Amino acid sequence: MKSRAMQDRWDVIRHVVGGNPVNLIAFVLFALICLAALLGPVLAPQDPLATNAAFALQPPSTQFWFGTDQLGRDIFSRVLVATRLDLLIAFGAVGLSCLLGSLIGAMIGYWGGFWDGATSRVVDVLMAFPLFVLAMATVAALGNTVANVIYATAVINLPFYIRLARAEVRVRRGLGYVEAARVGGSGDWRILIRFLLPNIASPLVIQASVNLGWAVLNAAGLSFLGLGVRPPTPEWGIMVAEGARFIASGEWWVAAFPGFALMVTVFTFNLTGDALRDILDPRMRT
Amino acid sequence: MTAPLLSVQNLTVDFTTRSGMVHVLEDVSFDIGAGEIIGIIGESGSGKSVTAYTVMGILDHAARIRSGRIAFEGTDVLQMDRRSRDNWRGKEASIIFQNPRTALNPIRAVGDQIADVIARHTPARASEVRGRAVAALKQVRIPDPERRMAAFPFELSGGLCQRIGIAIALACAPKLLIADEPTTGLDVTTQAVIMDLIRALASERGMSVALITHDLALAAEYCDRIVIMHAGHVVETAKTEDIIARPRHPYTARLLRSVPSLVDRIDELQAIEGSLPDLRREDLPPCRFAERCDRRLPTCDAGKFEAALVGPGHTVACRNPL
Amino acid sequence: MTRIALRLLSAIPTLFGVVIVTFLLTRVLPGDPAVFFASNPSMSTDDIAALREQLGLDKSLIEQFWIYLVALFQGDLGNSLTTGQTVMTEIINRLPASAELTVFAFLLAIGVSLPLGLAAALRPGSLIDHLSRLISTLGVSMPTFVTGLLLIYVFYFLLGVAPEPIGRMDPFLFDPPKVTGMLTVDALIAGDMEVFRAAFTQMILPAVTMALFALAPLTRMTRAAMLGTLGSEFVRTARASGLSRRKIIFTYAFRNALLPVVTTMGMTFSYMLGANVLVERVFSWPGIGAFAMDSIINLDYAPLQGFMLVMAAIFILVNLTTDIVVTIIDPRASK
Repeated sequence: MKSRAMQDRWDVIRHVVGGNPVNLIAFVLFALICLAALLGPVLAPQDPLATNAAFALQPPSTQFWFGTDQLGRDIFSRVLVATRLDLLIAFGAVGLSCLLGSLIGAMIGYWGGFWDGATSRVVDVLMAFPLFVLAMATVAALGNTVANVIYATAVINLPFYIRLARAEVRVRRGLGYVEAARVGGSGDWRILIRFLLPNIASPLVIQASVNLGWAVLNAAGLSFLGLGVRPPTPEWGIMVAEGARFIASGEWWVAAFPGFALMVTVFTFNLTGDALRDILDPRMRT
Repeated sequence: MTAPLLSVQNLTVDFTTRSGMVHVLEDVSFDIGAGEIIGIIGESGSGKSVTAYTVMGILDHAARIRSGRIAFEGTDVLQMDRRSRDNWRGKEASIIFQNPRTALNPIRAVGDQIADVIARHTPARASEVRGRAVAALKQVRIPDPERRMAAFPFELSGGLCQRIGIAIALACAPKLLIADEPTTGLDVTTQAVIMDLIRALASERGMSVALITHDLALAAEYCDRIVIMHAGHVVETAKTEDIIARPRHPYTARLLRSVPSLVDRIDELQAIEGSLPDLRREDLPPCRFAERCDRRLPTCDAGKFEAALVGPGHTVACRNPL
Repeated sequence: MTRIALRLLSAIPTLFGVVIVTFLLTRVLPGDPAVFFASNPSMSTDDIAALREQLGLDKSLIEQFWIYLVALFQGDLGNSLTTGQTVMTEIINRLPASAELTVFAFLLAIGVSLPLGLAAALRPGSLIDHLSRLISTLGVSMPTFVTGLLLIYVFYFLLGVAPEPIGRMDPFLFDPPKVTGMLTVDALIAGDMEVFRAAFTQMILPAVTMALFALAPLTRMTRAAMLGTLGSEFVRTARASGLSRRKIIFTYAFRNALLPVVTTMGMTFSYMLGANVLVERVFSWPGIGAFAMDSIINLDYAPLQGFMLVMAAIFILVNLTTDIVVTIIDPRASK
């Protein structure tokens, strides 16, 4: 039985990846981006922080693939090294909100009652703000650090996971296997952690993978505004912000390459998110 | 017999799907006489609804009509251009569906939905359309039709929704009504009321009806003639009493033994073994029932064969009929 | 009608929650504004204490909240420490600039995405279908600030067809007499076509940037919803009744497809309010987003509070409007 199910899943993966070249490209890009995040500082041809006034604002060349910025720093190296930080923020924020959100959602969905009502109200209030504005204010309130950008991005993602986990647990609460576990003497916590959470993992993972691209955009948007990451740290959002000054005078490469890296990353995350959804949730396959 | 109202001849339809070509209909032929009620009977997957949709021209994009003729009063509707076909359907021939509630536009008042059809097919002035829509509601015996005009489908019961469906179908007095499982979603008492209504309206107007159903007992009660379909083939056609009393095709005989009200003793009741063959297969046998049949002969697999006349108006497509 | 009234009432607790969150968030700002101003060496500790008292920072949190609430009811959002103006005045001065841009971008996005999604759904697999899918996948991946810079580079630097991407108005022209505060509208009221043209061309690039961002979800949803209704049983009934293609597509399929599309419009508008801050930054647009950024940098919390309240209020209003529109389209919703 088990191997049959595994075989089916494997067939689906083959179908999703092999049947659509776009999905294959997405997975390859995903692997490359992760590789850049892991090995970025090793691979970078130059020190991302080393300034050299003699080579300021050089256009792309064989020496500087992506050109140099106003301080003569190599943009290619900076873009490459920045991958780790941008991914760290995105994965950190999504992981945090997914973990916390599903736990809170599962608990209030399971027990219901006062805390359910109260938490749902708070979630409603959080959702009443335009989410990016809420993130801005959160970073402003907590302080201008990278950790706080992660927290802020997690906060604006939290409502989605709470709602999702709550709904999924409520549906399953009265199902046979939960009743069976209860009759078998399992306590509430045991039921929640051993039986319910594993069963709702799939929709949560789908939500998380679809969320990842959005989290990258949000974090980069915050640092573009000067919230969180501070110069001279290489980070895509802040690099675009620095390059923005030179766009109107024609030095496009300063902003364009980090912007392009950002775009490709978000695009890849969105595509892999969709592909992952196809693999994990056959019902939503289009 | 005079020329039939509708004559379906050698209709073959395929569906292209991701898992291959599905041979849904093959050489389907039958006639419907003027004023006649015929039943088209088969299990789900037998192609009875696809036949109806082909006649009405509402197949979805995946369907390909390979060959055949659908003559309505002598004109092949498959050859009509889109405009004439649009003028034809809803006016000369209409259809009602299985789920009356979802078959209606959920956010449009039922009166407007009837009025849309009337305005489309008759030269009536805008001021007259409403009156005729009310009349259409009255015809299907809807109480307080004036007030019901403004109702929305979600405010009405399933039975009432089906009456609205019938009112839309009959608003322009068609000569043919196709009823695709019209009572399947309704409770038993409403079923009888709706079927009685359809029969009464048909005889008042001299309208032909094609009742598509899996329910042989229902068809036996209301139809003059019955067409039995199996896996995209017409296997037997005869007058209702002949089908019931003297089925010639093994499938028809088995079908009869599976209907509680048509068997004499309860222990004669039998389910039909096996299931429809996979219609995606390229090696479908000439008789698609052969693999479920206990009267199969070696000759059954020997090439295509035509349905044979075995009695007055009684045809059977079988090499070894009962 | 009663449903609408009930919906309005149900927004009140949310609005109250918004006030609390805004208050708390701005009160935990790490920098005590008084200390911030005290970095000015000419201020003594006494001056700081006086400033704290003046700002009410010496009272308990509950007291501060009560004072804040009472002031709020009188339309007093406090004063901006940096500009010295009341926050209310600042917001009233700057909101029209943001509103003009956002609304124009929103209309632009709707004007493109609805026909595009509709056409894509009518011809699945066609060129226009692929185009719509490309736009909806690319659109969600493009950071607005990158799109904006790209547009500036192409249309201002390379082609030279766009005006300098700074502010709302050609510096050599005078603003039209102020009526609504929206320059294009005011110019039209004054009948000054030259000013209208200037204000309008100034708005095109930022508006297109925002519209591109909103295009993706709207196109995607229109296409999906249209595919759903076109394949529905009631459209099949309409086709079997011989209704005209026009009637089937618009009266039957599109009106039903509008329900999820309208809901998506509300969501999209909320994202646009957020993206607004980024776009205003890229184009030096003097709206409330830019104002909020200035206050964050200066740790000036009253304007930030005001900004968040206004944003949340607008969003709640948009959701109400969405609900009302749905009620008008869908008779099921009002029961």
